Amino acid sequence: MRRRTIAAATAFGLLALTGCGAADMTKQSSPYADAHGARTVTLSVQSWVGAQANAAVARYLLEHELGYRVDTVQIDEVPAWDALSQGRVDAILEDWGHPEQEQRYVEDKKTIVPGGELGVTGHIGWFVPKYFADAHPDVTDWKHLNAYADRLRTAESGGKGQLLDGSPSYVTNDKALVKNLDLDYQVVFSGSEAAQITQIKQFAKEKKPFLTYWYKPQWLFEQVPMTEVKLPAYEEGCDADPEKVACAYPHTPLRKFLNARFADRGGRAAAFLKHFRWTTRAQNEVALMIADQKLSPEEAAERWVRKNGPIWRAWLPK
Amino acid sequence: MSTTVTEAGAPPARLPLSDVLARHRTALIGGLALVALLLGALLLGGGAWPARFSVDLSGPLGDASDWIIDNRDSHPLFLYFFGHVSNAVVLSVRAVYLVLLAAGWAGVTAGAGLVAWRLAGLRPALTAVAAFGVCGLLGMWVPTMQTLALMVVAVAASVLLGLVLGLAAGLSDRVHRALRPVLDTMQVLPAFAYLLPVVLVFGIGVPAAVLATVVYAAPPMARLTALGLRGADAGVLEAAASLGATGRQRLLTARLPLARKELLLGVNQSIMMALSMAVIASVIGAGGLGDRVYQALASVDVGAALAAGVPVVLLAVVLDRVTAAAGARIGAAPARGTGLGWAAAAAGTVAAALVGRSAGRLSWPDAWTVDVAAFVNRAVDWMTAHLYSGVPVIGGTADWAARFTTWVLDPVRDGLRWLPWWTVLLLVAVLALLVGTWRTAATAVLAMVAIGVLGVWDPALDTLSQVLAAVAVTLVAGVATGVAAGRSSRLERLLRPVLDVFQTMPQFVYLIPVVALFGVGRAPAVAAAVVYALPAVVRITTQGMRAVDPVVMESSRSLGATARQQLWRVQLPLARPALLLAVNQGVVLVLAVVIIGGLVGGGALGYEVVFGLAQGDLATGLVAGAAIVCLGLMLDRVTQPAGKEHHDA
Repeated sequence: MRRRTIAAATAFGLLALTGCGAADMTKQSSPYADAHGARTVTLSVQSWVGAQANAAVARYLLEHELGYRVDTVQIDEVPAWDALSQGRVDAILEDWGHPEQEQRYVEDKKTIVPGGELGVTGHIGWFVPKYFADAHPDVTDWKHLNAYADRLRTAESGGKGQLLDGSPSYVTNDKALVKNLDLDYQVVFSGSEAAQITQIKQFAKEKKPFLTYWYKPQWLFEQVPMTEVKLPAYEEGCDADPEKVACAYPHTPLRKFLNARFADRGGRAAAFLKHFRWTTRAQNEVALMIADQKLSPEEAAERWVRKNGPIWRAWLPK
Repeated sequence: MSTTVTEAGAPPARLPLSDVLARHRTALIGGLALVALLLGALLLGGGAWPARFSVDLSGPLGDASDWIIDNRDSHPLFLYFFGHVSNAVVLSVRAVYLVLLAAGWAGVTAGAGLVAWRLAGLRPALTAVAAFGVCGLLGMWVPTMQTLALMVVAVAASVLLGLVLGLAAGLSDRVHRALRPVLDTMQVLPAFAYLLPVVLVFGIGVPAAVLATVVYAAPPMARLTALGLRGADAGVLEAAASLGATGRQRLLTARLPLARKELLLGVNQSIMMALSMAVIASVIGAGGLGDRVYQALASVDVGAALAAGVPVVLLAVVLDRVTAAAGARIGAAPARGTGLGWAAAAAGTVAAALVGRSAGRLSWPDAWTVDVAAFVNRAVDWMTAHLYSGVPVIGGTADWAARFTTWVLDPVRDGLRWLPWWTVLLLVAVLALLVGTWRTAATAVLAMVAIGVLGVWDPALDTLSQVLAAVAVTLVAGVATGVAAGRSSRLERLLRPVLDVFQTMPQFVYLIPVVALFGVGRAPAVAAAVVYALPAVVRITTQGMRAVDPVVMESSRSLGATARQQLWRVQLPLARPALLLAVNQGVVLVLAVVIIGGLVGGGALGYEVVFGLAQGDLATGLVAGAAIVCLGLMLDRVTQPAGKEHHDA
């Protein structure tokens, strides 16, 4: 008797789960979206502050000029592509180039569409603090780096010089570079950008030399001026084999991507996000307010928006 | 490490073999270990885990990951199963969220206060109202509601699932035997380790977050349900049976009511586990408070992270107090007019919601918020500016960190790596045997073997070295504090709120201050782990010291023992089980945070999990996650006293 009840219950449960037709979870939005009849846009914000600045300004304008509610979710770069394809987020505002994902989602599955350029050009490189470069001008060429290895040693770098790397989500060839350029350095992964920034600031406060993976545009340059170390010049395709890379990082025009359905039916919000395009300087201005003056992103965006009417008015859909 | 105490004195003439074995356990283990050492040295040689014994899983795992992504929108498994699970989660979270929003801040606060009042009394009710008020004051009302909605669904699902599993295990011995090892394993699993597979199947977002939370929070409920059902008084059951009750009647009228204390404790545990997961799950898109913490940390804004972390702590405190008080009330005489009281509570809630609504104040007014972030940040800046380096005589925290790394972490790590791989296994076996049983030893050794086979021997030993160093620091500091608190009630009262806060504060909040103080690397990871594990160790030690029979203490004093003699000769030896439990708990908690330390330069397995999550790289992340599970199992078994087998929960 008991066994039969259990069997019946199981069968019913399975039926309840499967019987009511297919459910495609790749077309599901966030449960917090569109509450109270508001139209909601969900933006993906990557962990770096530049991306927060994009999102803050876009959010402010969407909310105050176009009457949307905006949710932001912090997701790492590669998972963000997946979330975008599923419609869990509607847009990525700053992408640093992910050819593999682009092939998969834009070309093959057609669930994501390009949203134009952000207007900012990104560049990754190795940097030393300006005070160190001024005192030792030859450190800015990779050929002389080995001579300084012992000055850049830390407890974590095990007898070699320390090359400070950042979040695991960032594009990096540094391990291969150190090996292929035969440098006496150890790549130390700080695990998150927050940790890396904190460490750089502490070094700078003490005027200690350091060598770090870093990227432009980045607000930290305003606080800790840094000089780029010249690596062997970048050529198209020199970074094709990740094991054999021995050249610098490229300059990447940063791009926006939208979920295909959102781009189609997102109305004024989608049109606005497609038009959204600013400059490195503007982005830095907002980022600096957030990270350095510790303004909340909303407040920083509000200040920028108040001063730069002519720029953002051009983004609004007619 | 501790050894089994062997009694001195000549054994009586004829003893059964098992007694002889038990009596000479330590000697036997030592002898066997020596033989194994000689054999190993002759046959196996030195070196790290040999490559020929490991399997490279990156190919198949990469394929699996691609397959899932390509088929997620077409394969029946996803359309007809995971899709519905995901749908159900989204719908229920949304429903709860909409109800919370519709009630408005006035309705939610009043409702929380009234429910707490009905369940637990006046003081918890006031706490609840104050807590929700603070959430609003901090400007965190909407994120708090999002987290609350997610928690309600996750806890309900955990409790249901735990109840079903617990019922099965409580009623059937076979299920119990099968489930035990699974639940044991879940208990030591660092949450960070299994985020990746959940994300892969469900994608970033609320469904993945809820499911990861359920996986984390259901086991305690299952354990406690089973424990309650199994512990039911045989006499009562016999009486019920003799009265002719059927199996189901016995279950509903006797066994479940008898187990209600355990059931409520299970609910309480589930809630606490779920809340501790709320922030970790933000890494996979849970949104709400956790996401605020995570975003604030990205811009190195400890103040804002704290402002979002405090509501998590408050929710935890309120829910803990209310469920604990409700549990304590059970068994007391049922109050009269309960129905009336509940009706009054419901009416009050609705009234408050309506008043809020008609006043047009559904969301928390912006004017009523206080900015604490700036103040906290100033304090943190001051600390880091003055403590980081250049402090006279003792040196700054950065110098300590460097010394700790060079003199403690490096030697321990290099030592572990220098050991031939089979001696590590042997060491694990001997330790587990000395503390526990043959079975725990076998599990521990197998776990280590699995790590080797997975091909992550080196990073695992790196993580292990960090765990060992952190556990050592935690135990020294924690036991010392615990002993002090155990001897002085005033100190204990002072410590309790501090411990409460430190224990419920999301681990992520610790990460940035420790970087500011100790720089990037393994030292900050260890420091964060110590801060996180310390409260549990202090608490267990204090309880152990308190539990020592006062009569024994009194008689030792009357025999003229000094306070110091009393401590070393009486209290500590008698508190030994508690101390062992403290070690066990300390190890498990430390491991959980050392893994998160991958975010601040801890490297090793933690970094690989972070990398796997960040790059969507199943091969790296899953292998590292599995290795963490094995490491956790090994550490748990090695520190698990033999007696704990029967001490569930």
